[in-house]
Amino acid sequence: MTAEPSPQSPWQAATITRIEKRTPRVTSFWFQPSRPFTHLAGQHVDIRLTAPDGYQARRSYSIASAPEAGGGVELAIERLDDGEVSPFFHDVAAVGDEIELRGPLGGHFIWEEGDGGPILLVGGGSGVVPLMAMVRHRTLRNKAVPVALVFSARIWDEVIFRDELIGLDDRLDGFNLVLTLTREPARRPSDYSRRVDARMIVQAAERLPKAPRLAYVCGSNPFVSAAADALIGAGVPAEIIRTERYGV
Amino acid sequence: MVTRGFFSGRRPPSDTDARIPPGQYLEQGFPVLSAGPTPRVRTEDWSFTLKQGPKPIKKWNWAEFNALPQSKMTRDIHCVTAWTKFNTPWQGVMIDDILADAGIEPPTAYTLALSFDGYSTNVPTKDLVTGKAMVALLYEGKAITPDHGGPARLLVPHLYFWKSAKWVNGLQFTERDEPGFWELRGYHMYGDPWREQRYSSDP
Ligand SMILES: Cc1cc2nc3c(=O)[nH]c(=O)nc-3n(C[C@H](O)[C@H](O)[C@H](O)COP(=O)(O)OP(=O)(O)OC[C@H]3O[C@@H](n4cnc5c(N)ncnc54)[C@H](O)[C@@H]3O)c2cc1C
Repeated sequence: MTAEPSPQSPWQAATITRIEKRTPRVTSFWFQPSRPFTHLAGQHVDIRLTAPDGYQARRSYSIASAPEAGGGVELAIERLDDGEVSPFFHDVAAVGDEIELRGPLGGHFIWEEGDGGPILLVGGGSGVVPLMAMVRHRTLRNKAVPVALVFSARIWDEVIFRDELIGLDDRLDGFNLVLTLTREPARRPSDYSRRVDARMIVQAAERLPKAPRLAYVCGSNPFVSAAADALIGAGVPAEIIRTERYGV
Repeated sequence: MVTRGFFSGRRPPSDTDARIPPGQYLEQGFPVLSAGPTPRVRTEDWSFTLKQGPKPIKKWNWAEFNALPQSKMTRDIHCVTAWTKFNTPWQGVMIDDILADAGIEPPTAYTLALSFDGYSTNVPTKDLVTGKAMVALLYEGKAITPDHGGPARLLVPHLYFWKSAKWVNGLQFTERDEPGFWELRGYHMYGDPWREQRYSSDP
């Protein structure tokens, strides 16, 4: 008789190795898991905080880093002032802290090199995070895949990963960035200043050499509902649209 | 593992504590979770089919289905994204009454719930019968909105809410426990919130 291996807890400690403010409300945290893993672009991890009395709070956060990027798992967390978990990260968490994490999780909102393209990505606010992992993965692995990223933010200073995205756009290697600011005028000639709508999606898709093979929409629930409707209105088939909703 | 500096937290009032499964928090709103855009199914185009394997047993259109005996269920629901909502009031047709109208006993131990958008989820048949589950037609006395799975969604409130398939259009009895859409993508085959069966790696 051999002993049954004891099931390993899916939770593990991960050490915060780096913290970087991205926008006034979004900060990136890099985690080094004690049991390293390889994720797929678009997947998330679950985070669990435990108080001294045993009370626990858990939330999901998308992974922003590309699977092949070294240096740990990057999460970009937006501060919700009256939230329970995100203010903890912004106000309390420090480099060297250990946080419990499990993952990688999610098998639907993912893009792998082999899935091909072109791909149309539509993100609102922190909903850009899993799309960023896809963009970075594509840049590191297969630049032949054409990408259009429609990214809606309230104002220019809240465009997460702004310098990196504009830098990628300027390379003209098949990655197209379409920014839309909902509370400020557009800064770049090709950008917009309104909410995502069907006409914007049509024009974004025209930047691709052919119709998208896959479309990914991520953000708050109202954003995803409105943006998914805009894609349908622009003639993108429902079967190729994948959505990830950040809840309320 | 205690997290350094995490003291605050929103502990539920002690009288409700026992109703909140591990790892869940109490939500007043009604968040939405789905894999794609919201399908808008017109009741003229709606139908519900009972199948054994590939073979249809009985099919109802919207009017026929609404004429079946209706029941009410008010239950706490638990979403895998960690919110729990108390006392959600539904009305619809119990699975028991659907089977009775078809004149059958459950033919197999497993069931796949099928949806208009092509998604599916597996539930053991015993978790659908004896008053445990319904095909819901009304929420808070009103037609279920498309984003919450209307015109009709499955309601299996004692399992994580992804098992309560939105835009449901049929039940398929299967010989084996066959994973559905989300279960093929890493979610648990059974999904008991009290045992925290969220992902396939959970016991
Ligand atoms: C798959 C997935 C991936 C995600 N990825 C990311 C990501 O990459 N980046 C990111 O920033 N977020 C992400 N999220 C969202 C994240 O999981 C959290 O929901 C978010 O950080 C808010 O958590 P919180 O604890 O700060 O706020 P919560 O405490 O959950 O509150 C959220 C909001 O609801 C209100 N609220 C809720 N309950 C109460 C209550 N009892 N009393 C008063 N107000 C209440 C608060 O006002 C607050 O504004 C993701 C979510 C999912 C499902």
